Amino acid sequence: MGVSANRRDVLKGAGALVLGFEFVADSALAADAPGQKLPGDLNTTPKISSWLRVEEGGKIRLLVGKVELGQGVLTAVAQICAEELDVDMNRLVITSGDTRLVPDEGVTAGSFSMPNCGSAVRQVAAEARQILLGLAAKKLGVDAASLGVADGVVKAADGKTATYWDLVAGGEFEVDATGKAPIKAREGRRYVGKSAPRLDIPFKVSGARIFVQDLRPDGMLHGRVLRPPAYDSKLVSLDSSSVEKTAGVVKVVRNGSFVGVVAEREELAMDAVAELRAQAKWDVPTTGETQDTVYDWLLRQEPEDIHIRKEPVVSIAEKPRKVVGAVYRRPYHMHASIGPSTAVATLDADGVTHIQTHSQSVFETSIAIADMLGVDKSKVHCQHEQGSGCYGHNAADDAAADAALLAQAVPGRPVRVQWTRSDEHKWEPYGPAMVVSTAATTDEKGDIVDWMLELWSTSHGTRPGGKAGNLLAARYLEKPFALPKPVNGGPPNYAADRNAIAIYEFQSQNVTTHFIPTFAARASAERGLGAYANVFAIESFIDELAAAAGADAVEYRLRHLKDERGRAILQKAAEMFGWRDYKKTPGSGRGIGFARYKGLAAYCAVAMEVVVDRGSGKVRVTRVACANDCGEVVSPDGVKNQIEGGIVQSLSWTLKEAVRFGPGGVRSADWASYPILTFSEVPPITVELIDRPGTPFLGTGEASQGPTGAALANAVFDATGARLRDIPFTPARVKAALQA
Amino acid sequence: MPALKVNGHSHDIDGLEDAPLLFVLRNDLKLNGPKFGCGLAQCGACTVLVDGEPVRSCVTAAGVVVNQEITTLEGLGSIDKPGKLQQAFIAEQAMQCGYCVNGVIMRAKALLDQNPHPSEGEVRLALDGNLCRCGAHNRMVRAVLRAAAEA
Repeated sequence: MGVSANRRDVLKGAGALVLGFEFVADSALAADAPGQKLPGDLNTTPKISSWLRVEEGGKIRLLVGKVELGQGVLTAVAQICAEELDVDMNRLVITSGDTRLVPDEGVTAGSFSMPNCGSAVRQVAAEARQILLGLAAKKLGVDAASLGVADGVVKAADGKTATYWDLVAGGEFEVDATGKAPIKAREGRRYVGKSAPRLDIPFKVSGARIFVQDLRPDGMLHGRVLRPPAYDSKLVSLDSSSVEKTAGVVKVVRNGSFVGVVAEREELAMDAVAELRAQAKWDVPTTGETQDTVYDWLLRQEPEDIHIRKEPVVSIAEKPRKVVGAVYRRPYHMHASIGPSTAVATLDADGVTHIQTHSQSVFETSIAIADMLGVDKSKVHCQHEQGSGCYGHNAADDAAADAALLAQAVPGRPVRVQWTRSDEHKWEPYGPAMVVSTAATTDEKGDIVDWMLELWSTSHGTRPGGKAGNLLAARYLEKPFALPKPVNGGPPNYAADRNAIAIYEFQSQNVTTHFIPTFAARASAERGLGAYANVFAIESFIDELAAAAGADAVEYRLRHLKDERGRAILQKAAEMFGWRDYKKTPGSGRGIGFARYKGLAAYCAVAMEVVVDRGSGKVRVTRVACANDCGEVVSPDGVKNQIEGGIVQSLSWTLKEAVRFGPGGVRSADWASYPILTFSEVPPITVELIDRPGTPFLGTGEASQGPTGAALANAVFDATGARLRDIPFTPARVKAALQA
Repeated sequence: MPALKVNGHSHDIDGLEDAPLLFVLRNDLKLNGPKFGCGLAQCGACTVLVDGEPVRSCVTAAGVVVNQEITTLEGLGSIDKPGKLQQAFIAEQAMQCGYCVNGVIMRAKALLDQNPHPSEGEVRLALDGNLCRCGAHNRMVRAVLRAAAEA
């Protein structure tokens, strides 16, 4: 597209861009995934016994590849399973995320757990019930259709009963799902659609063992790693002799620039690393980008250009239109888990390294670790244990790799590695900085005719993916593994360009991804990937266009929005907020933001009010109203918790957060240098759902972040007339915008 | 013999006086309630009560609090018999990952002991030094207010 030649102007944020749209007839949009025969992950693991077993003692075992991250997924799939199988939820025993035991469901990410795991479990449970009823019919000598079930007890019309536990002799579930067993109708449902209390919460309020940090196997040692001062540093020299002689230090492990300690006590391991840090001499790169230069850097790189939507532009020459444009930027944000990443690893006598980890991708991570260790993939066994919330690809996998490396030095002894706060802040892969440029032509009413969006971003995906080079430690070994070539994700979910195609209908829409296949800082998947920045840009820009047209922000969106579910959500959020009757008070303003996540998942609209202190530039959010449609709702409270949490996290990103870094290393090293939103800053939030029984589960964990960021910018504009396009909206930045 | 009095039980900590209280509680006494979050007294995940006052156990040497009454999350109730605040957190489903919850409950316990019927603003202010990344703040505030109302 012509505008690419004007990148420097784009960067400068020139008020109006003159565009040379390219006339292309074809659509670059790929078709949806090919037709699926079975629901969700049954397509890759069709056998029923892979998912479900009737066990002794009146228990049902459910085996799932998706894992609990605090998002409540295991409770939701338990609800679904109990519902379709007609058993009490407390009969379920769930095994999740064990590479030797459960279906490989890939990564627990992308709001895919309900669509892919929830749908599979629903079908599996329905088919298991059908098989069990068939067995009961035979045993009781009646027609299966005449049987009823309550909590695993099958009852015939004549009063004769048989339990699931009597009926199975073994092998009955060694068959593939057919996809034909009917799903229960909404009426008479006991669990699905109702807020089941989360299964993990009683553990978490009482200090019962549930986190990977709580594991203390017999003979366990404590491991810690000495991370370099900055990316790509090389260890020049290290005198570890005094540390090695310290009582209680079991081992100092050095392999190239990877240095770790294994000690009898945790505080001893930390002290030993401090001593090693004092002794170590590093070769640290002296050049590199900073949080301020990274936007220029993004525009300077040689990108891979992907035209994800190309449409013929309505002729500008024939009928001159008003052309406007704007540029939006987001910085690197960290996942910033409250609990630093942790793993426990043990090298057993049979040569297998067993790892307990809070990784989102146990299967691919175990293969990546095997690759790093140079062993067959059967020699690494990962088991998921819960950790602190991750919100995407944080350091969980890196901690697992660290523990695996250290465990090799002390065969037979479990090694628990917990990262320090500083290492977690400085070394996790961040959600990457992005530049998003938008432009539009409008007609005499101010309605949008042509729409264009371009974005610049590095990769949002460096998850282990079975490759050692994606593990932090592996890149610092004596024989280092190179970082695999960074990739972007394609349709229909996209990655850097997730949600870059606006849901609105314009006469033409052109969207280009400038994918930068290198890195300025370590980056990977953070909740929503590119959707946060792209929705921020789209929903800010449409607000700018509405203001230019003198139109109401909700009404203006509705002019361009045909999707009925989208319209319903937008209108519901506006109604919840009291949009129509809103009365401004001095310093206050309202804003709204809306998107359908990934263009194919949950619909979410967020409206909020802010008060801006013109003297200090401080933005206070006073209330938030959110409407959400994620298809059929399994647990209303579970969905609301996710949506509300997403709003708070996005407010924190948008108001406060930016990773500061430079050639000497990352400078955001603790909570003082990387502050997040606190209790007194969190506004009242109301969330309402539109439930769509009988429609697919759409997932919901990543729906609210993009709309929230935009609603905040739009509210600040309404309050002050100042348009904020650079995240975060720090008081200094707001003040500067007010004075501009 | 230096003894650590935790949840009503006495533990000999001879030789561990210089160790962080958090690691003694977690690794030696095998308590899971207090969590390692930052080691810098910035996030509150490690909070315990010492003679009723909230203390960041990650920056407190075990030897400093010998013979004082230490209460951890486990001291408020168990999974089978949760205490008042713990029940309120269950009732409000007041968390996502739950890693920060130890600190939030222990800080709230100290607040309610001093001020049994705080306003919402007082709860928020008391919890302002406890960081939560999942965004469950409002649920946790409601849980604390619920516990206060049910007192």
